[in-house]
Amino acid sequence: MKNNWYTISVYSENNVGLLNRISGIFLKRHINIEALNVSKSEINSVSKFTIVVHTTEQWVINIVGQIEKQIEVIKAFYHNDDDIIYQESALFKIKSDLLFDEREIQNIIKENNSQIVTVARDFFVLSKSGKREEINKMHEQLEPYGIMQFVRSGRIAVSKAEMRISSLLEEFQHN
Amino acid sequence: METVKEKKTGSKTKKTIKISGAEAIIHCLLAEGVDLIYGYPGGAIMPVYDELYKFQDKLTHILTRHEQGATHAAQGYARVSGKVGVALATSGPGATNLVTGLADAQIDSTPMVCITGQVPRHLLGTDAFQETDIVGISTPVTKWNYQVTRAEEIPEILAKAFYIARSGRPGPVLVDITKDAQFQEFDFSYEACVGVRSYNPFPKIDTAKVEAAAALINSAKKPLIVFGQGVILGEAEAQLKALIEKAGIPSAWTILGVAALNSDHPLNVGMVGMHGNYAPNVLTNECDVLIAIGMRFDDRVTGNLDSYAKQAKIIHFDIDPAEINKNVQTDVAVLGNAKDSLEALLPFIKENEHKAWHTVFKEMYQVEFDTVIEKDIRPTKERLTMGEVIEQVNLASKNSAVIVSDVGQHQMIACRYAKFNQTKSNITSGGLGTMGFALPAAIGAKMGAMDREVVAIIGDGGYQMTIQELGVIFQHKVPVKIIVLNNDHLGMVRQWQELFFEKRYASTVMVNPDFVKIAEGYHIKSKRVSERSELKSTIEEMLASKEPYFLEVKVEQEDNVFPMIPSGASVSDVRLK
Repeated sequence: MKNNWYTISVYSENNVGLLNRISGIFLKRHINIEALNVSKSEINSVSKFTIVVHTTEQWVINIVGQIEKQIEVIKAFYHNDDDIIYQESALFKIKSDLLFDEREIQNIIKENNSQIVTVARDFFVLSKSGKREEINKMHEQLEPYGIMQFVRSGRIAVSKAEMRISSLLEEFQHN
Repeated sequence: METVKEKKTGSKTKKTIKISGAEAIIHCLLAEGVDLIYGYPGGAIMPVYDELYKFQDKLTHILTRHEQGATHAAQGYARVSGKVGVALATSGPGATNLVTGLADAQIDSTPMVCITGQVPRHLLGTDAFQETDIVGISTPVTKWNYQVTRAEEIPEILAKAFYIARSGRPGPVLVDITKDAQFQEFDFSYEACVGVRSYNPFPKIDTAKVEAAAALINSAKKPLIVFGQGVILGEAEAQLKALIEKAGIPSAWTILGVAALNSDHPLNVGMVGMHGNYAPNVLTNECDVLIAIGMRFDDRVTGNLDSYAKQAKIIHFDIDPAEINKNVQTDVAVLGNAKDSLEALLPFIKENEHKAWHTVFKEMYQVEFDTVIEKDIRPTKERLTMGEVIEQVNLASKNSAVIVSDVGQHQMIACRYAKFNQTKSNITSGGLGTMGFALPAAIGAKMGAMDREVVAIIGDGGYQMTIQELGVIFQHKVPVKIIVLNNDHLGMVRQWQELFFEKRYASTVMVNPDFVKIAEGYHIKSKRVSERSELKSTIEEMLASKEPYFLEVKVEQEDNVFPMIPSGASVSDVRLK
């Protein structure tokens, strides 16, 4: 079976130690987590993990089953890139002089739909949200001018299909 | 003094008493019906031991000689009784010594609650004396774990711990409690846990799936059932028997499932897997419908998956959704407790006999009997065999004993040849293969079923891994019967070295102490047998004894266990020699 990119969404309680429990399932199979994001979800008091991995579909199915088996996990799903709307977010810290001295920088900002987050005396910060390739492209364009700091977030994603977490929680409670 | 007062929670008013966290732990255990726990004291758990002292008339604590022994004893107790086993330990090394038992209970689905003391909350993360991150360490080997840092969390968390340990697919839970939380006083009241919102241990049986399974079973010409421990954990023994008899299906077992069906049942065709019986292994690759009930297609059962039952339609009954399609792709999967699933299935099943198909099993059994079994259980060579010892235990106990085995050759021989006439009788470390399991597990098994004969079958290697637990047998006069099958080798590893490593016997020869003298040191009645003429009478004497009894049997040093599916081979390539 061929390796592919999969995005796993995990709806869970917000408890200490659960991240360790979930990441352990990947560790056990010697799989690297390529990106990870934890945030609140659409349901009050329910957390959402978004995990990106590169593996086979059979393994991702097994992994999702083993994640879902954890007591504090409500439901886990896996998606192909086509099934989701997804983004990452990046920050670039650049020397302030460049903003004024290099016309090209302004073009890069415009062309990439990037935003200036802050301008200080010595540096300014650009933000860019989008797909990995888009962020990479902007990185490549800025690199020749010197990037003081760069950081990119894990993937965040919403599915095209309905998730039904609220009704699942209700079902569990009535069992 | 305890002060009783009323506490308002929502619209309900509950009676509460002001007690310490440590005392609350005892009340929680009592409320869960616990009357026996295993453990070892130490600094961070001392407040709980102080309360145990006060409650010793209601809650018996058995001091094992090592925390690992406490976990295996709790496992043995749980496996024979169906109740949750409980083990208690201090922080740091006390807690890390539980890890092997937790891993064993996790892979063998044994309900167990371990409580560990932890350094006080203000010292967490400071590398304090005997501080270890046991929650982090135990995460991959527990069904659930939690660190309590406030006394008022204790009742809810322990209630949840017991609920999680015993419900659904059972497993071990660890609750780590800081020492300050044990001292802290709070208003205690207890309510048993009846559900956790993110956890669904009772999957609803899907009738469409049940009917699909029945249709496959009814149309099968050569069906084969393989059942595992799920039948015992789900208390579905009667339903399994009813299914087998109604549909006339030959039925094989995994080593943890064995006692779910009496050994002498005419449709019991033996054990599957690496050292299982010839017929069910070979015929796994000839059956047309394979019905797996409460088992998980472990690699020791399936051999090479690429050539496992490829010709068959596969039906899988299991309570754990993560087991479905994990190793073997199924045609029909029925999620649920084995009892409910089989009860739902039975009305759809047509009566059948499959006589010709049975004959194939019988003929293959005869081949195995002639080439392997007879030589194992009725040998004519000079030295004793492990198989004949098990056979004598069967005869002397009339197949009614609880057999607790360790890990290695003797385990495979015990599982192959021990006969059972009731459920919850074969206690062994199946998934993890933990040497040292049997002696402490036998202590727990005896305490969990005082009316039953408990015989521990142990190799000379594994015996020395937890030999210190003889101290418990001596101190508490636990009338277990211990048989060490001594071949002065780590027999199974030696067998592999002989077969696959050109007889390079690296570190498998054991120079052993005088085991009889060691048992005598603990004032346990003991004997050594090396002659066939003494075997039967000694085993009879051992089983007649009302006291603990140690028997060392000197057996052939270089016997191999057959049949055998070499690692990576197909089940149908099982070797008879």
